[in-house]
Amino acid sequence: MNIIALVFLPLLAAIVGGLGNRALGNTVVKSITTGALFISCILAWPIFIGFLQGNDHAHVVKVLSFISSGDLKVDWALRVDSLTAVMLVVVTTVSSLVHLYSWGYMAEDSSQPRFFAYLSLFTFAMLMLVTADSLIQMFFGWEGVGLASYLLIGFWYEKPSAQAAAIKAFVVNRVGDFGFSLGIFGTFLVFGTVSIPAILAAAPHMAGSTIGFLGMRVDTMTLLCLLLFVGAMGKSAQLGLHTWLPDAMEGPTPVSALIHAATMVTAGVFMVCRLSPMFETSQTALTVVTYVGAATALFAATVGVVQTDIKRVIAYSTCSQLGYMFFAAGVGAFGGAMFHLFTHAFFKALLFLCAGSVIHAMHHEQDMRFYGGLRKHIPITFWAMLAGTLAITGVGIEEVFGFAGFYSKDAIIEAAYARGTTAGGVAYFVGVTAALLTSFYSWRLVFLTFFGEPRWIGSEHIQHAIHDAHGHDHGHDHDHAHDHAHQDAPDEGAGSEPTADSRGAEDMPKGTGGYHPHESPLTILIPLVLLSVGAVFAGFLFAKPFIGEGGTAFWQGSVWFDREFMESVEHIPMLAKLMATIAMLVGLLVALWAYVWDKSLPARVAGSARGLYAFLLNKWYFDELYDILFVRPAFALGRLLWKRGDQGTIDRFGPNGAAWLVQATGVVSRKMQSGYVYTYALVMLLGLAAAATWVVAN
Amino acid sequence: MIGLAHYLTVSAILFVTGVFGIFLNRKNLIIILMSIELILLSVNLNLVAFSAYLHDLVGQVFAMFVLTVAAGEAAIGLAILVIYFRGRGTIAVDDVNRMKG
Repeated sequence: MNIIALVFLPLLAAIVGGLGNRALGNTVVKSITTGALFISCILAWPIFIGFLQGNDHAHVVKVLSFISSGDLKVDWALRVDSLTAVMLVVVTTVSSLVHLYSWGYMAEDSSQPRFFAYLSLFTFAMLMLVTADSLIQMFFGWEGVGLASYLLIGFWYEKPSAQAAAIKAFVVNRVGDFGFSLGIFGTFLVFGTVSIPAILAAAPHMAGSTIGFLGMRVDTMTLLCLLLFVGAMGKSAQLGLHTWLPDAMEGPTPVSALIHAATMVTAGVFMVCRLSPMFETSQTALTVVTYVGAATALFAATVGVVQTDIKRVIAYSTCSQLGYMFFAAGVGAFGGAMFHLFTHAFFKALLFLCAGSVIHAMHHEQDMRFYGGLRKHIPITFWAMLAGTLAITGVGIEEVFGFAGFYSKDAIIEAAYARGTTAGGVAYFVGVTAALLTSFYSWRLVFLTFFGEPRWIGSEHIQHAIHDAHGHDHGHDHDHAHDHAHQDAPDEGAGSEPTADSRGAEDMPKGTGGYHPHESPLTILIPLVLLSVGAVFAGFLFAKPFIGEGGTAFWQGSVWFDREFMESVEHIPMLAKLMATIAMLVGLLVALWAYVWDKSLPARVAGSARGLYAFLLNKWYFDELYDILFVRPAFALGRLLWKRGDQGTIDRFGPNGAAWLVQATGVVSRKMQSGYVYTYALVMLLGLAAAATWVVAN
Repeated sequence: MIGLAHYLTVSAILFVTGVFGIFLNRKNLIIILMSIELILLSVNLNLVAFSAYLHDLVGQVFAMFVLTVAAGEAAIGLAILVIYFRGRGTIAVDDVNRMKG
């Protein structure tokens, strides 16, 4: 029964909070949703611990019948096994902390109940996805998170950029969902069922069979796996369908944390792991998964290196880490993929919430070029950010202690090496390179934000804060949405020292412009501290059950867990093992060199490799490419159908034509009704004559 | 010798005169009333002519009825005219154009 409460409490909270909205008021709705999430979280951990200790076994709780039509039988059922338990913990923990965090972060927003209701709805959809026992229910959750992400990314709908980002996320996800739904249809066609356990049991027997697709004979399992993987690519923002993820930054920061850490983007990885026995039947599909994952890991890491928006750096880092998870799945280390998903949830949520805290402190300035020297002003955020960075870069010493990423990421890189295939070798190489880049951009973020001299004076947001401070205490009282509108407006203070500041320019530390960042309120800091604990210890505590010797007992077959393969990972050469750590250290040193010791270096490098820099800064021109390939033709086609097809043909001859005809007839017949007696008399006479003629003629 | 055809011809001329009097007339409503009388009289002439020709008195009796109706019609028409003149101050046909929706 716990599981039903766990899954449906967020839905209940979303309905009550969303419909109650203003009638209930901010505090009530926030309490209901946050309370529901915390209860869910409290219910989730015992399930997880039960599986950890091996007391619990996979079971299915049926809730309702859903569809029963011919061969197709679908129930609303909640499947609880190790894989689900991991996801339950991840989703509810991050989500409840994000709820709590939003109390502080969204305190000045005018429509908080809506925000919290969406958050809870998002969580519910993700919970439905991870507890799915059939592909149909998974698809329900899949679309649910798509919807909720659309609502949340476009939460500040007054901002055109937020609307655009929301639509982009929705449309790009539709592309992936198309592949996913084709995969589900194909699966039903081949297996005659959509029940996941039944499919997984039947999958090995179908290996090697072929099926007709687009006029060709192709391997059945490869086709099904690749179609399903297209869905995973869309949801998990893999190369090609990744363009929505960085734009999703338009949503409020807690949403970014939720999307990037727990819900939404992990869905693809989860799906591949859930169907891992199916993917294992097709080496081709696994190879594709490996290459796509590796390409994404490298691509996103390179782009992350040059981004200046703090949230964008972290967004590309997510994209890159998801690439790691996929190539881990591709080389057969599904446990490693799930483990990285698990640890990543903690440190990525932490990084995002820290970024939110920094943005909060810096009056909504998101550009790292205008940060600097924040370490002393927001110390708790700094330490939390540091924990997150140590975790994501994978700092640690073998056999002693490491931060979360040390265990999960290194395990993935090692597994790629141990696989021994070409794809595995490529993935290993890419993994190490991406680890170097990850380390570099993560430390770059920390150094730019927290170290060095303050460079706040250049920021227009800070300028506004300083000016506003004269009027009222709360400098950031006005709406977020209006912030950007102000940016283009001429500002007499921009670019020069704010002479209006009566406290005297000579007292101010250089570069601060007299602005005083303040540490965030307690509701923001508590989640940071809790997540820091997760980021520091999650790897150390859970490495054994997820990827170590406890793996077989822990997973209980819910994901493909190859005991021998995982053991062979332990016995790869020492140098191959150390490569990831070495790469991490190199990245750290380069970041130190470029952003602490010799600060002119980045500009010089960017100047000497201008083409490459522009290429990376513009995200490999993916958006431009898609704009030319898809967006513009789509708009052109739309305009053609609109102007020529609809307005020019259907409207012209349809409704408008009929209306015109009636009008023209009216104009003519109006003249016949003159109001003169003699005209009527003439008509009467003519009519009479006609009638008489007709009678006589007959 | 004046035969039936002559009577009918005169009657037709009268009838057509009456009809054209109605819709070629642009001046006075009274002329319309007069034209209507003309039409009725032409019909009467027809009835009487056929009555004599067929030696059947019913036609003449019917003509008497028509005369009665024509008298009544003229009375009502004139009454309407008087009322109309009081209201509008004119009985010119071109000004009487309110018979439309």
